Amino acid sequence: MNEKEYKVSKPISDKIFGVIVVIFLASFVIITLYPVINTVALSFNDGIDAVRGGIYLWPRKFSMKNYKTVFAMQNIWTGAKVTVARTVLATLTSLFANALLAFVVSRKRFLFKSQLSLFWVITMYVNGGMIPVFLLYKNLGLTGTFNVYWVPGMISAFNMLVMRTYMEGIPESLEESAQLDGAGYFTIFKDIISPLRKPVYATVALFIAVWQWNSWFDAMLYNRMKTQYTTLQYELMKLLSSVMQQSGSAENAKNAGGNTITPITIRAAVTVATMLPIVCLYPFLQRYFVTGLTIGGVKE
Amino acid sequence: MKKNTTKVSLPKKKVSASVYFRKYWQLYLLLLLPMAYLIIFKYVPMVYIQIAFKDYKIGMSPFKMPLTTKNGMKYFIQAFSNKDFINALRNTLVLNILDLVCGFPAPIIFALILNELCFKRFKKITQTIAYMPHFLSWVIVASLALQLFAPTNGFVNQVINAMGRDSVPFLNDPAHWVATYIFMGVWQSFGWNSIVYLAAIAGISPELYEAASVDGAGRFKKMWHITLPGIRPTIVVLLIMNLGNILGSSFDRPYAFQNNLVMKVANVIATFVYKNGIKGLQFSLTTAVGLFQSVICVIFLLLANWISRKLGERGIW
Repeated sequence: MNEKEYKVSKPISDKIFGVIVVIFLASFVIITLYPVINTVALSFNDGIDAVRGGIYLWPRKFSMKNYKTVFAMQNIWTGAKVTVARTVLATLTSLFANALLAFVVSRKRFLFKSQLSLFWVITMYVNGGMIPVFLLYKNLGLTGTFNVYWVPGMISAFNMLVMRTYMEGIPESLEESAQLDGAGYFTIFKDIISPLRKPVYATVALFIAVWQWNSWFDAMLYNRMKTQYTTLQYELMKLLSSVMQQSGSAENAKNAGGNTITPITIRAAVTVATMLPIVCLYPFLQRYFVTGLTIGGVKE
Repeated sequence: MKKNTTKVSLPKKKVSASVYFRKYWQLYLLLLLPMAYLIIFKYVPMVYIQIAFKDYKIGMSPFKMPLTTKNGMKYFIQAFSNKDFINALRNTLVLNILDLVCGFPAPIIFALILNELCFKRFKKITQTIAYMPHFLSWVIVASLALQLFAPTNGFVNQVINAMGRDSVPFLNDPAHWVATYIFMGVWQSFGWNSIVYLAAIAGISPELYEAASVDGAGRFKKMWHITLPGIRPTIVVLLIMNLGNILGSSFDRPYAFQNNLVMKVANVIATFVYKNGIKGLQFSLTTAVGLFQSVICVIFLLLANWISRKLGERGIW
């Protein structure tokens, strides 16, 4: 921005540099967007027509049939419902739990602050591993239930630390004056800290919601036999692996393109339906998560 | 150091423990549930790790299971004589190193170039678009890749065909699969990872640029001699932290991308554990493998943190 003042004396090398910058960034943008746009275009194209290839940015033979087929699929509906339910429930409970904990450990009067932080930070780097966790969930009766999606992951050290950093920034005098007025810690948390920290709540809520929406590993691991608890992502995964295994078994992969079990357009429609909510949501929360990440001083 | 100051100052304030707790008991009450949660879901699994040294018996407490032969090391020895595991170990290492080599510079380059852009609107839009892939799950990324690199009607192969060459089996040939896997990894993460660098760039003093302009430095020179050195500390810390995770392995990404034809390069530790543990029910063996991986990871992490502090940068804790 401060280049503007020197516009008059801009040397030719700087102009060339400016052009290179724009070209570079434009190609970054194209590479990022193309696969997504192409998939959207495919999802609106007629299935048989799409096999010929040559669909890039816009459908050639427009059709809504793919989406009609997809939304008529029972497993997709179930998956969508479960995914929405777990995302909403987990975002609410997990946000509350993380905020409460962050509130407690950020209080100046609280003893064992650093010891407790260490106790949490350890869990970010050390865990039991896939099998011990699986066995524990099994013993607790969590496998094969909906609860496995939202109960075990309720508190995460990362989210908690991001929130704690923010809450530490609130002046102590605010808390003390509230206490003089007779407010307890519950009230301080509910009526003073939380309204002041809406941006960080938004950031963490986004992190949790995205994580929940995108999870499929837990559905596969703990609820493989329970079709009523399948998720949208897991259904897409099943679709993909059937395609992958087929192209894997056919040696002449070149001819296999047209004969996949599921037409590529259906696959495209499921992919679009699965990513749409998040792709529409995140730009609105961008300014929150960018500051949330950088001020929090923590990196994933 | 923080600990010391609290310990010194506390006795002054502490009239008596009972007064303190009468005043602040609410704080500790609020802590009860999260602590119970932490112990159950994060620390109890660590108790189960001992089945790595024991013969797993269904329905028996891990404490009562009998120790394996060879002083409990049976399954570790078994793992290292397992060709699949050695293969998974190698693949994990190779894929992580390639990820680091290709994926680490990408966000730095992107941040540097983005910083040079003068049009504020275009800059904002570019950033928003660049963050998008981070919000997609690996299943979606794999689905997009499957379409992009499809043998007959995928965009990349159509371009290759148009140039008069044969289609390249990007997803079915081991070497090409690795390239695709790494490419999509960079695609997914470069924008998101650039956030930290952009923040670091924003912290560089504008006076430095002004002084350089006075001295007649062009834009490229300014980028090279001011911006890049300015974010050097951030680069060093992140590089070291990434090195610390060199044997870490996620499950989602390799699993979403792999197929039978590329198993010999796509099988990593996490997928090995899934296949042999969850599906093959070899709980002791796979716990041993998981434990081995965790221990190596922690060692690397501590080492990385130590190096980072030795170099005068801040550690991660």
